[in-house]
Amino acid sequence: MNKICDVAKLSEIARNIRIDIIRSLAQAGSGHLGGSLDLADIFTVLYFNEMNFDPSQLNNENRDRLILSIGHVAPVLYTTLAHAGFFPVEELATLRKMGSRLQGHPCKETGLPGIEASTGSLGQGLSLATGLALAAQHDNLSHRTYCILGDGELQEGQIWEAAMSAAHYNLNNLTAIVDRNHCQIDGYTHQVMNLDPLYKKWSSFGWKVIMCDGNDFHEILKAFYIARQSSNQPSVIIAQTTMSKGVPSIENDYTWHGKAPSPEQAREFIAEIMNVR
Amino acid sequence: MKKYIAVDEKDTRSGFGAGLFELGQTNQQVVALCADLIGSLKMDAFVKEFPDRFIQVGIAEANMIGLAAGLAIGGKIPFTGTFANFSTGRVYDQIRQAVAYSNKNVKICASHAGLTLGEDGATHQIMEDLGLMKMLPNMTVINTADYNQTRLATLEIAKYNGPVYLRFGRPVVPNFTNPNSGFEIGKAVTYEEGTDVTIIATGHMLWKALEAWDILHEKNIHAEIINLHTIKPLDEKAVLSSVLKTGCVVTAEEHLRNGGLGDSIAQLLALRNPAPVEMVAVDDKFGESGKPEELLVKYHIDTPDIVEAAIRAISRKKG
Repeated sequence: MNKICDVAKLSEIARNIRIDIIRSLAQAGSGHLGGSLDLADIFTVLYFNEMNFDPSQLNNENRDRLILSIGHVAPVLYTTLAHAGFFPVEELATLRKMGSRLQGHPCKETGLPGIEASTGSLGQGLSLATGLALAAQHDNLSHRTYCILGDGELQEGQIWEAAMSAAHYNLNNLTAIVDRNHCQIDGYTHQVMNLDPLYKKWSSFGWKVIMCDGNDFHEILKAFYIARQSSNQPSVIIAQTTMSKGVPSIENDYTWHGKAPSPEQAREFIAEIMNVR
Repeated sequence: MKKYIAVDEKDTRSGFGAGLFELGQTNQQVVALCADLIGSLKMDAFVKEFPDRFIQVGIAEANMIGLAAGLAIGGKIPFTGTFANFSTGRVYDQIRQAVAYSNKNVKICASHAGLTLGEDGATHQIMEDLGLMKMLPNMTVINTADYNQTRLATLEIAKYNGPVYLRFGRPVVPNFTNPNSGFEIGKAVTYEEGTDVTIIATGHMLWKALEAWDILHEKNIHAEIINLHTIKPLDEKAVLSSVLKTGCVVTAEEHLRNGGLGDSIAQLLALRNPAPVEMVAVDDKFGESGKPEELLVKYHIDTPDIVEAAIRAISRKKG
């Protein structure tokens, strides 16, 4: 994979990913729009700059891995994978349809290229990623493991079991990314179940903590660079994001956590994205 | 005159420990995980000899299942070890999503299953685990009878690529199965051939079934004794062909009647060849503290219960 460093190019890729997320969700008639949109910039950096992989050699044991702990934002993963060459972009139109490899939440058994694990039930992904990173450490493989976590998901106790174990085993080959959009289904995170102080929580669990604006390419690139420098700790990037980023009319509106746009809304949202340049 | 005499007495969990240690020597891909119960699971020898392939996860079973699934993605063959309760009920959704649905090569090894855990009481005496595990698609479910069989099963499941639940227990019990017989997943083992009643037993209850055979034999009742160490996949052919011959069945297990081995056998027979079924299992109750043998008597899953069930099953045969 050629690494793209030009922020203008990354920005264009993210814009196209956002448009295809909206299209596929509108075609599906259901799904999770808000988080999928706000993660588009981070996924663009991961798959077009940060991660080492070759879509034509997906069994290479030394490929970088990504575990999507918040399986409900599958649309951003699927769309990014398609744009990165893992499978044809046309397949995005099958999202959530019967018989599709693009299940509502990622399913490893469908054989969709780029899916490392089946996820959707929250709180489990960091344990998987930690196990993967442990296997790499044991085999002296140089690949890295990334895990995408939601902020609301941090209310699950298993996350902290996994956090404790990754630090205990000094897994500097592991980077977690927290999508800190402050939104969950029932409202804002500080209302539903307060998560702060997040920086202190992670650092007290032994992690190298990196704060960044998760919708700013310069900051995202820098955050991953810093994460790679960790010598003996797992790293977590707390990415401040805006739910539904890119579509101003619905930004930061938690009711868009689990909704799909109607065809008409989809046209409006795409028009908004085209105008934000 | 008793036909079955145990050569020695050992705990099944030590069979697991012995098998795991042998796997450490022979299979570099095998790694072991434990949630702060190394001694109870008899994993000491593996931990001492292969420290770099042992992962202590602390008292965090949910994370242990996830770590194991991640290690399997990374090409390892992970064996997790904790009590049966914490191996199943506590982590059901983790197993469902990360192991069964994902079809990961994780071996969930569970000790202290059933009533014979004894004095610790009901919080730890899980009798729902076979049902929980057999309900999961992709999951293979095994309940071994003694030390020898547990050791052989431990060795065998490492060769099989897929999720496995291996259930064994705490107490010292008769060790009598052939240590050289091998172990075939999903294959029933016939101990006695008979024509009057088929007794299908799993786990610690196999020995009780063989004791029952002696008593029935004295009453001139010829029981066929089948050991179903693999609850799933069920050896349907062995069950159906035996019942075709005997016309009735007794099942024996250290588990609740709901969801257990008997439940699987009754379903199979109802669909394929209806015949009287009697189930020696615990009847919708939690356990309690006590000595294992006392509890088996109180909860009606002891040798006399199998004998009585056999007589009842025979009396229910038509014609």
